[in-house]
Amino acid sequence: MELQLNEAERAFQRAARAWLEEQLNGPYKDLQGRGASGDQDSYIEERIAWGKAMGAAGWNCIGWPKEFGGRGCSIKEEAIFNEEYVRANGPGNVGHIGETLLGPTLIHFGSPEQQQRFLPPIVSGDEIWCQGYSEPGAGSDLANVQTKATLAGDEWIIEGQKIWTSGAQYSDWCFVLCRTDPEAPKHRGISYILVPMKQDGIEVRPIKQMGGSAEFAEVFFDGAKAQKDHVVGGVNNGWKVAMGTLAFERGASTLGQQYLFKQEFEQVVEAAKKSGAAKDPIIRQRLAHAWIGLKVMRVNALRMLEHQGADLNREALISKLYWSNWHRDLGKLAMDILGPEAEILHGAPYELTRMQKWYLFARADTIYAGSNQIQRNIIGERGLGLPKEPR
Amino acid sequence: MDFSFSEQQDELRRAARRFLQSESSEARVRSAMETEQGYDSRVWEQLSEELAWTALTIPEAYDGLGMSYLDLHPVMEEMGRALLCSPFFATICLGANVLLVGGNEAQKEQHLSAIAAGKTTATLAYAEKGRENGADAIRATYEHAGDGYVLRGDKRYVIDGHTADLIFVAARSEHSRGIEGVSVFAVPANTRGVTRTWTPSMDQTRKLAAITLDRVVVPAGALIGEEGRGWELCERTLDLARIALAAEQVGAAEMCLDMSVEYAKVRKQFGRPIGSFQAIKHKCADMLTMVESARSAAFYASAVAGQGEVDLGEVASSAKAFCSDTFFHCAAENIQIHGGIGFTWEHPAHLYLKRAKASEVLLGEPSFHRERVAMRMGL
Ligand SMILES: Cc1cc2nc3c(=O)[nH]c(=O)nc-3n(C[C@H](O)[C@H](O)[C@H](O)COP(=O)(O)OP(=O)(O)OC[C@H]3O[C@@H](n4cnc5c(N)ncnc54)[C@H](O)[C@@H]3O)c2cc1C
Repeated sequence: MELQLNEAERAFQRAARAWLEEQLNGPYKDLQGRGASGDQDSYIEERIAWGKAMGAAGWNCIGWPKEFGGRGCSIKEEAIFNEEYVRANGPGNVGHIGETLLGPTLIHFGSPEQQQRFLPPIVSGDEIWCQGYSEPGAGSDLANVQTKATLAGDEWIIEGQKIWTSGAQYSDWCFVLCRTDPEAPKHRGISYILVPMKQDGIEVRPIKQMGGSAEFAEVFFDGAKAQKDHVVGGVNNGWKVAMGTLAFERGASTLGQQYLFKQEFEQVVEAAKKSGAAKDPIIRQRLAHAWIGLKVMRVNALRMLEHQGADLNREALISKLYWSNWHRDLGKLAMDILGPEAEILHGAPYELTRMQKWYLFARADTIYAGSNQIQRNIIGERGLGLPKEPR
Repeated sequence: MDFSFSEQQDELRRAARRFLQSESSEARVRSAMETEQGYDSRVWEQLSEELAWTALTIPEAYDGLGMSYLDLHPVMEEMGRALLCSPFFATICLGANVLLVGGNEAQKEQHLSAIAAGKTTATLAYAEKGRENGADAIRATYEHAGDGYVLRGDKRYVIDGHTADLIFVAARSEHSRGIEGVSVFAVPANTRGVTRTWTPSMDQTRKLAAITLDRVVVPAGALIGEEGRGWELCERTLDLARIALAAEQVGAAEMCLDMSVEYAKVRKQFGRPIGSFQAIKHKCADMLTMVESARSAAFYASAVAGQGEVDLGEVASSAKAFCSDTFFHCAAENIQIHGGIGFTWEHPAHLYLKRAKASEVLLGEPSFHRERVAMRMGL
């Protein structure tokens, strides 16, 4: 069930594979497989350097149009690259929020000045971004953000708090949803503001996750400043911009992710053979079920990628709900297969094995980027035309 | 491989839907299912003569259209959607496939063009009483007698077995076991010693029959494929049939989803449409997720089958397991979403629930197929 490649695409694949192999067996050897979910706070500096090396070699933001510093690659080429990246055991990419969320948003909604200022350092890997959406009182109900931005002369002054901000500790910039008109209805008074992280008015407090690592943080804004013209898409138009960001998720990364899932699945099968669990008829059923589910996920993705047109088709709508549940279930299966051995840590005080890491991290898959419940609302409303939720 | 249906396949689907909306409406399904024959002969003529569905997958050399297995997929989905009562599945997906997989030139010439024209209906009789699905299901025997063979045994769950003109019978040589010693024979239904009895079943939309073979004598030319290698032939045929059945299950599951969504939009309780309650909305969302995923599973299997892949076991079993679970889930949820009305004889929801259960156990239930996948995974 491979992607069908033409000659040019095969050449592209060879080039990507050669470069990745050379780098990840050479200067960046130590980074192989590091910084994945559950391990995102490891090797930060080295991974930033890696991002720059990728940029210098032209492997960042390959799907962006050429005029914005990308290579104008097709979705298929992006998918090829993502697969190669996982195959080569590439490290967790610290630049992915800039590349997949902010960049496309600026390309679509940003002013020419914003594009010129912010896109090149994303492509080069010089500036790392984080996403400042969630707040203590605004999770699924994102439009309820209360962090306030007020204009004072040439600057926005920001007061408030964000939470669960992945990578805030090491990011240079944050795109922050702020309330700029407290009088307006809740979806109308929000602005999308680009805020530098390394300044006095910002305090970042890492939050330790269940796996023991601290991949996200609380971010406190106390008189933090942002430039007046660093509002994307116009003042009080931030909701539309934020929603637009979601639509850019076109799924090219899903094939890479699935390759990762496949590797994980293979480890689980190995573990089952080794532990003898593979003889248990119920484990066999569950493994076969997971394997079938993985292949289905792949065909879903390939169908989604072949879909032409701007609208999201049904395969795209179901994608997040499907993969997050699949992955969460695989984590549980892995632990069931290991039996009591599943409990034993790699080391003290709380060093998890690789499998334990993704088992625990998969509990977040069904929460972030639209929880299962929110996904079902979206599928029901956009995919099936059922009546809308109260907003 | 392309991962979307072609324009031509979409057109086949549209044409099928148009035809089935009138010729396999709920009222027509109900009247067909109440007969012992189980289908409307007039509709069979139309779909074989006018629409040429029976010719679709038959090679041109035998007066067929020589289209691919993937071309059949959208038509199967539509048949499932409309719960078409028809000997199509038994004739084309089982009977014709036996010949295509294992028949010699003479046998193909003898039967295929008649099948393509809708003149001959056929089926495969392999299972016997019990829940066994593998080669062990076959206990009927054959022995050499003169130039031909003598068959004895008692076949069950034979799809449309009481009406089929031509029955392919799987039997084993005496004292053989497992996959060894199995052979397949073409037995015209009117052969002496063949007794066929309709076995009324919970799902009335696809008929099952018992066939007893009491010293049935067939000529040498009745043997399909090599003697003793019949299980391979059965397996490949069954896999092809499972793939078509999976596509049919997708279409039927989607119909359950559509019924649910439509009802959830119009039925009001507590002053609002029930589809505005998440308990209902989320059920529908899960159904959509399963239906599209099942479509992926069946689509892929149909595409691979069309490419002549040697071992279809894994894709067929994957599709059959996934699509069975999906159809049953959707049919059951559809009843829940309809409340009391969904429990009545008058409402069509039960027809889908019953077809879902029957299809789930037909040609191997999901756990059988998952175990088969596990074997192929090297577990
Ligand atoms: C690992 C991780 C990384 C994250 N990274 C970031 C980041 O970088 N930037 C950022 O801004 N945020 C980030 N988040 C936050 C994430 O977006 C939120 O956790 C998510 O939106 C859910 O919000 P919440 O945690 O407040 O839960 P809540 O919204 O309070 O949800 C609690 C429960 O209620 C359910 N619920 C809520 N609303 C409804 C409804 N309308 N119908 C039915 N059920 C409902 C939810 O499904 C959930 O089960 C991250 C989260 C995690 C776990």
